[in-house]
Amino acid sequence: MSRMRGGGGLFWGSFGFALLLGLLPMPMSLAIFKPYWLALVLCYWLLEAPERAGLGLAFVLGVVGDLLFGTLLGEQAMRLTILTFIVLRFRPRLRFFTLAQQALAVFALLLNDRIVVLMVRGFSGEGLPPWTFWLSPVVGLLLWPWLFLLLDDLRLKLRQKDA
Amino acid sequence: MAYSGNTSGSLFAEGGAGTLRLMLHLTAALILMVADYRGGYLERVRYWAGLLAGPAYLVAASPVRLAGYLHDTFSTRDRLANENHALSQQLMMSEARVHRLEAVQGENQRLRALLGGTRGLRLSVQLASLIDIDLDPFRHRIVLDAGSRRGVREGLAVIDGSGVVGQIVAVTPLTATAMLVSDPSHAVPVQVVRSGLRTIAYGTGRIDALSLPNIPLSADVRVGDELITSGLGGTFPAGFPVGRIAALNPDETRLFVVADATPQAALDRRGEVLLVWDTTAAPEAEAEAVGPPEQLMSTPRVESVPGADAGATP
Repeated sequence: MSRMRGGGGLFWGSFGFALLLGLLPMPMSLAIFKPYWLALVLCYWLLEAPERAGLGLAFVLGVVGDLLFGTLLGEQAMRLTILTFIVLRFRPRLRFFTLAQQALAVFALLLNDRIVVLMVRGFSGEGLPPWTFWLSPVVGLLLWPWLFLLLDDLRLKLRQKDA
Repeated sequence: MAYSGNTSGSLFAEGGAGTLRLMLHLTAALILMVADYRGGYLERVRYWAGLLAGPAYLVAASPVRLAGYLHDTFSTRDRLANENHALSQQLMMSEARVHRLEAVQGENQRLRALLGGTRGLRLSVQLASLIDIDLDPFRHRIVLDAGSRRGVREGLAVIDGSGVVGQIVAVTPLTATAMLVSDPSHAVPVQVVRSGLRTIAYGTGRIDALSLPNIPLSADVRVGDELITSGLGGTFPAGFPVGRIAALNPDETRLFVVADATPQAALDRRGEVLLVWDTTAAPEAEAEAVGPPEQLMSTPRVESVPGADAGATP
């Protein structure tokens, strides 16, 4: 239980930070590369601490994201729920992938996420986005190893401090 | 699965991911989406949750604000002086132009009064700043720092110094979200200045392009023509620049022309915008619904059109 409490700050802090990163403005030319930070961070915690992250958390995070980003209420909740389900299904395998393989798996997840977005927005009557819409998963692929190492490192440091 | 069961008793831990659980959550998400899209039952929820989102927006926008502050603080005196000089020149020219326009407007007003014209030129204007955050690069939305507390309501037109920017689509107490003219689900009724042809400009999803489909082959449109709002539909007051025709192509049926236009306004997320509404369009609504006390408004709320008070009928 004490292991659970330790790093709670990092756990919630990382989600808060991911939400803020999503809102962070960038020049128009770079904005199309914006990765789905929330999904990346959630993915990390699903792999590393599934006893704290689950479908319920994904749903709540999604609703918070919807409120912040002004998307249709429930859109991100659905995206993150689907992502969580897939990650938890394949978690035993994903955990023993090398970083590169994991990054590819995350890429596939993010690509699937884009398809879900397209479906939801299609049904709600928004037009087809330009092709640059598909660049974001690629950025996620490139970012994943660094994010993974960073969060791992932070978690280790915090644990050593607690001990 | 190697991981089994909910042994921790944590709030959100669900213990793996059964298909039943997935179905439950997906159904909940679907119900939320349908309720939000169809019924608008969640408007109140959104409205008040917007109050909580405000601080998050401020934090997310703070790095850029800090950068702007540092830029202002450390930019050289020379550059500031140059900028000042250029701006005052610009102001002088604009003022000269405004004086001339005022004369023309007075004349116009008199003529309209003679004709018993109904379409007045009384506009109310309110200044609002953009909160520098990025909601989604593929949905053309911007967030303004003025909300219902300052009298912003859905459907107001948003313009900047050079043209139409978009319209307000969602309001919370302290912020408002505007849809840009370039959003694929946005349309503006426009008029070609040169020939008076009326049509509609749709967003394309690209920040630098608008599309005007269904123009008859015989219509008088040329590349380079200026487009202004026609005032039909009531959302956008007439006469604001929208864009300029960039290309003309036949559509698939070869019976109509599709025109591409470049928007006149700077549609990125910087700076400040004006909210405009027609005061004559709904005088009683103006008096009742949009009436926060004047002293509560922190930014200047300019009753524009100084020359209009002579003949206008409120």
